[in-house]
Amino acid sequence: MADIETPAAPYLEETVIDSGTTREMTLNMGPQHPSTHGVLRIVIKLDGEIITDAKADIGYLHTGIEKQCESKTWQQVVPLTDRVDYLSNLSNNLAYCLAVEKLLGLEVPLRAQYFRVMLSEITRINSHLIWLGTSAIDLGAMSVFFYCFREREEILRLFEFFSGQRMMTSYFRIGGLALDAPRGWRKWIKKFLDVMPSRIEMWENLLNENPIFKKRTQGVGFISLEDMLDFGVTGPMLRGAGMKVDLRKDVPYSSYDKFTFDVPTQTSNDVYGRYLVRMEEMKQSLRIIQQCYDGMPEGDWTADAPKIVLPDRERMKTQMEALIYHFKIVTEGFRVPAGDVYQAVESPRGELGYYVVSDGTSKPYRIFMRTPSFGNLQSLAKLFERVPIADSIASLGSMDFVLGDTDR
Amino acid sequence: MLPEAIAAHPLAAALEARLPGAATGGTLENGELVLHIDPARIVEAGRFLKTDHKFIQLTGVTCVDWHPREPRFEIVYLLRSYETNVYLRLKSTVAESIDSVYEIWRSADWYEREIFDLFGVKFHNHPDLRRILMPENWKGHPLRKDYPVHGFKYSYAEPQ
Repeated sequence: MADIETPAAPYLEETVIDSGTTREMTLNMGPQHPSTHGVLRIVIKLDGEIITDAKADIGYLHTGIEKQCESKTWQQVVPLTDRVDYLSNLSNNLAYCLAVEKLLGLEVPLRAQYFRVMLSEITRINSHLIWLGTSAIDLGAMSVFFYCFREREEILRLFEFFSGQRMMTSYFRIGGLALDAPRGWRKWIKKFLDVMPSRIEMWENLLNENPIFKKRTQGVGFISLEDMLDFGVTGPMLRGAGMKVDLRKDVPYSSYDKFTFDVPTQTSNDVYGRYLVRMEEMKQSLRIIQQCYDGMPEGDWTADAPKIVLPDRERMKTQMEALIYHFKIVTEGFRVPAGDVYQAVESPRGELGYYVVSDGTSKPYRIFMRTPSFGNLQSLAKLFERVPIADSIASLGSMDFVLGDTDR
Repeated sequence: MLPEAIAAHPLAAALEARLPGAATGGTLENGELVLHIDPARIVEAGRFLKTDHKFIQLTGVTCVDWHPREPRFEIVYLLRSYETNVYLRLKSTVAESIDSVYEIWRSADWYEREIFDLFGVKFHNHPDLRRILMPENWKGHPLRKDYPVHGFKYSYAEPQ
């Protein structure tokens, strides 16, 4: 047996460090690998089973969205922002709309703000469900995946009910919402609020005290808080290390200061801690949705700005003024005063910021998307330092990145 | 010279006191402070802000191409202080290259590679300046204003 020499596979580049027994192996993980949750390539150097060096190679999903934005009018950019992070599209819509509204000096009515908050929180639950399902399946917990996707289907139906689209909603527009909430929305939200707490409890029963899950997550995926801040990590990973940061509390936007909720933290700074943080975040999101449901104000769903917001069809057909504005907005868009602005929101993955530059015309001059996945993924080299390759899958899942968000 | 309204801001005043002349201008709009920094002194200014003013995280770095204005590239540093929850932007206008701030904030690594990739601005002392999003053999820098949105690399026109 020992005499048979097998030829090395061409994709495994082996370099002999020591003529004795130690060999360093370079391993290509991805671009098509089930646990990378997208198209990500990681070049790993292995010493036995221990990772000595890891380099992430991104860019496989680069679609040039920032370049495309420069050739669209301001309102036409909204559907493009959906495609950046396709699992938390409404957070992207929100960040972009808030940034442009800040440049325009536009005040959005309270009803629209409440709907924005409510749907952003449902988006957070939606995104966390995907994370929970996929990172559990990485660790071998198959059933969690099915349960999560069953509930996600309900949420997608809810989005379709509100906006007509399941995933690429584009429901938030500059100046408010695309449409008022459809009749009967209270029934849908009520059903959602009634069902979800018991479902979250079910997932927790499946995983919280599961000995296999705990063995594979506790004490795994450690990275010091200083390193995380240095690498630009934001969101649940920081909260899993005991840092109480949340843009919804720290720099409130879209009337988040009117809601009571807690910012969950864990001090264990491992995969299990990040799991607990995200589960608690879902419960807090439900609290916020409940408050929106109870205190939803009546009134307009778009700002009173006829030169920016499209008039409704009835007025457009009966009033000359509205028809003129409609024509102007559709054919050439509206102008935004020159200047630049940065607006960040707390997306399910961390700090999502839009840096928007206007030169005073009806098209954006430059839009930079500060996406949380890009910052979080940068810490990968540190996160993979000296860990066994089997643990790397759990750590990777705990980062919760979306490659569309990374590559834009 | 700093405008008066900016010079009165405590952060700008502290920077001016420690590094006179590093900030060449600034604006304060929508409650967001922007400081224009002399590109030759960006590393000094960054280190001062990190050590003395707790801007421990560099949220992002980006670039705006003001073609045909010269110098055309405006590098924008987005900073965040977790203690005071203040956002600060530093801007430096350069023609083709600037010092890397990697040694102050390691998060600058990928952001500067992205700017190198999409704008072609070079960063001195960057440990690993390669293309990050585009293929390695790509020609040109897509986010420059003189790079067309379509019709450059491939022609979709019917063959003659």
